[in-house]
Amino acid sequence: MSRAPFKPAEEVDFIVIGAGAAGGVMAKELAVAGLSVVVLEQGPYLRERDFKHDEFGVTFQPAMTNNIKRQPNTYRKTESEKAVLQQCIEYGRQVGGGSVHFTANYWRFHESDFRERSLFGPVAGASLADWPITYADLEPYYTKAEYDLGISGQGGSNPFDGPRSKPYPLPPMPVKSSGVLFERAARKLGLHPFPAPVAILSQPYRGRGACTHCGMCEAFGCEMRAKSSTMASVIPTALKTGNCDLRPESYVHKITTNGNGKVSGAIYFDRANQEVFQRAKAVAVCANGAETPRLLLMSASPEFPNGLANSSGMVGRNLMFDAGPIVSGLFEHPLNEFKSIQVTRVLHDFYASDPKRGFYGGGGLDARFDYYPISFALEGLPADIPRWGSTYKKALGEYFTHTMSMLAHGSCAPVESNSISLDPDVKDAWGLPALRVTFDPHPDDAKAAAFLRARMFELMDAAGAKKSWEGPSSLLPSRHLMGSCRMGANPKTSVVNAENRAHDVPNLYVVDGSSLVTAGRQQPTATIQALAYRATDRIVQG
Amino acid sequence: MSFDHALTRRALLLALSATTLEALQHSHKQVQAGSREFAYLSPGEAADLEALAAVIVPTDDTPGAKEAGVIFFVDRALSGFDQEKRGLYREGLAATRQKCRQMFPQSASIAALSPAQCRDLAESIEKTEFFEQLRTHTMIGFLAIPEWGGNRDKVGWKLIGFEDTGVFQPPFGYYDQAGEAK
Repeated sequence: MSRAPFKPAEEVDFIVIGAGAAGGVMAKELAVAGLSVVVLEQGPYLRERDFKHDEFGVTFQPAMTNNIKRQPNTYRKTESEKAVLQQCIEYGRQVGGGSVHFTANYWRFHESDFRERSLFGPVAGASLADWPITYADLEPYYTKAEYDLGISGQGGSNPFDGPRSKPYPLPPMPVKSSGVLFERAARKLGLHPFPAPVAILSQPYRGRGACTHCGMCEAFGCEMRAKSSTMASVIPTALKTGNCDLRPESYVHKITTNGNGKVSGAIYFDRANQEVFQRAKAVAVCANGAETPRLLLMSASPEFPNGLANSSGMVGRNLMFDAGPIVSGLFEHPLNEFKSIQVTRVLHDFYASDPKRGFYGGGGLDARFDYYPISFALEGLPADIPRWGSTYKKALGEYFTHTMSMLAHGSCAPVESNSISLDPDVKDAWGLPALRVTFDPHPDDAKAAAFLRARMFELMDAAGAKKSWEGPSSLLPSRHLMGSCRMGANPKTSVVNAENRAHDVPNLYVVDGSSLVTAGRQQPTATIQALAYRATDRIVQG
Repeated sequence: MSFDHALTRRALLLALSATTLEALQHSHKQVQAGSREFAYLSPGEAADLEALAAVIVPTDDTPGAKEAGVIFFVDRALSGFDQEKRGLYREGLAATRQKCRQMFPQSASIAALSPAQCRDLAESIEKTEFFEQLRTHTMIGFLAIPEWGGNRDKVGWKLIGFEDTGVFQPPFGYYDQAGEAK
């Protein structure tokens, strides 16, 4: 007995804005609990039949990410500068969001991540703060996410992880040559590598088939439904309840308020570019760390002149993202790293901040190969190889199957002036203010990156690489956008409370990367989804 | 889901790959039969650009950019999704032809240069935006799926050792074989 689809004039229990990692979970949990839900997703509803092993189509044409030609963003280093057009924001733009095309690394944050301010002390020039919740508060929801979505890994194998209430539901994926070499090198150096926890099915699980090791995870959608995106896992469950009305190609530009301090619905452009007003009793914004603060700022009204839920002035601030160097190594025998998932081994020995190092932060390292043929030819080879000609051609033939990389997932210190705001001049294709990014990395981010780079070169040596070299990386924002509507106990310094509810608006929730207080060591999807399960649990329990 | 069901999915994927392969081979024959017809480039432009692409990935004991049909990818790019790069190509090619006349006055065109001469010419322009763009297009055309017009007979993938079968089984490489992985 399906109640969906709903009419816009019908006041539904919840609007969920963004059907990504968090929005998919929210939609499913709310719908299963019997609430009526309308999900508004700006991107299309792509399914398995739409996914192709087409590197050029997927990575050079924005098929599954935001298209900067239609949705430009501007960038400036500091608030005193005028921002210029420069792409730096990239996010999944489709039903399932970034969980469709992500590499599927699925780390939990550590216990220390939730109280780094207390453990490490203040950091000059950074807005480091403790979370209002602890790892123990979130642990049941990490477990729930792992079981609901389907995560493969080996519980207890990472000695730096917090306590777990249950093992992973699925065993780890088979180790690749990069994982074997990485593990061997790390053990030689007295470190503690462990099998990568990934949102990819090592065995059939809840109606979905196991991974066939095709090798096309990062940047691609999984046509085998083996990647545990919300599109493949929980969104179908939400739709089956009959309580969830999923509307792709619905681009929300305003959350409306009723004059009594509450939200009343959302206005969006539908696929025909017509404006639609959907009424709702409550709204959850799950539109990612860039689009969520932008939407709250665009939703300013006489009642909320600085933007919705922004009495603190913190909407858009403390933006953090994923930074870290990549080091590649050449080996004697073939690794054939183009086969199977990108990452099979991870190392957290350098994760926690250590005052002895003289800077805030650290990072997780993983063994991987996230090049495909074109990207490897364009930027995968070391700098001493000519960029064209017969030596270049010969090197391509020798290196592609014999190279692996290590990637550092470095810390990103929160800085209040690093932000998302509305560009005063540039508009998107719908005439809405473009995203403006202000970002100047904290000096400790570069120190952490340099420290991790040195560790990766040591590991490459210990692994027996014939040579090793650094690949291109940047400290500017791009993906894994976090912190821009931070969670906190104090309404004067944070946007949402410990349940992801806006301090200023009792029926508005913000659940995505933007509520993270610190960035952990990147790979935020597990934490974002645990927060989504926790937030809905509190809503449903009332 | 049962293991049988998973096997069915794999079989289905393999069957799909076979169908796609057949379609690809069919379209490839058509392209060969239709010889050198371009949507945007003139025959002279195509010949000169192809000579430069053949310097980027030369033909030696294995096929290069020429055999991969990279020029057909370039033509498709400029007639479709990369139209805004036409100016860069027009000006870049004009400047390179000018350079060619200075360096090799006896040669009628870039395409008429010997491979060694063409290498010298490329060296003289390798820092230009045009050459960088041509390199990018050449490598995409060499290594993208053949539906984009290049990588004919998957010669690019064969060179680097890449396969796209949709299904692999461990061990994947030398170091994760039994006995190696400890």
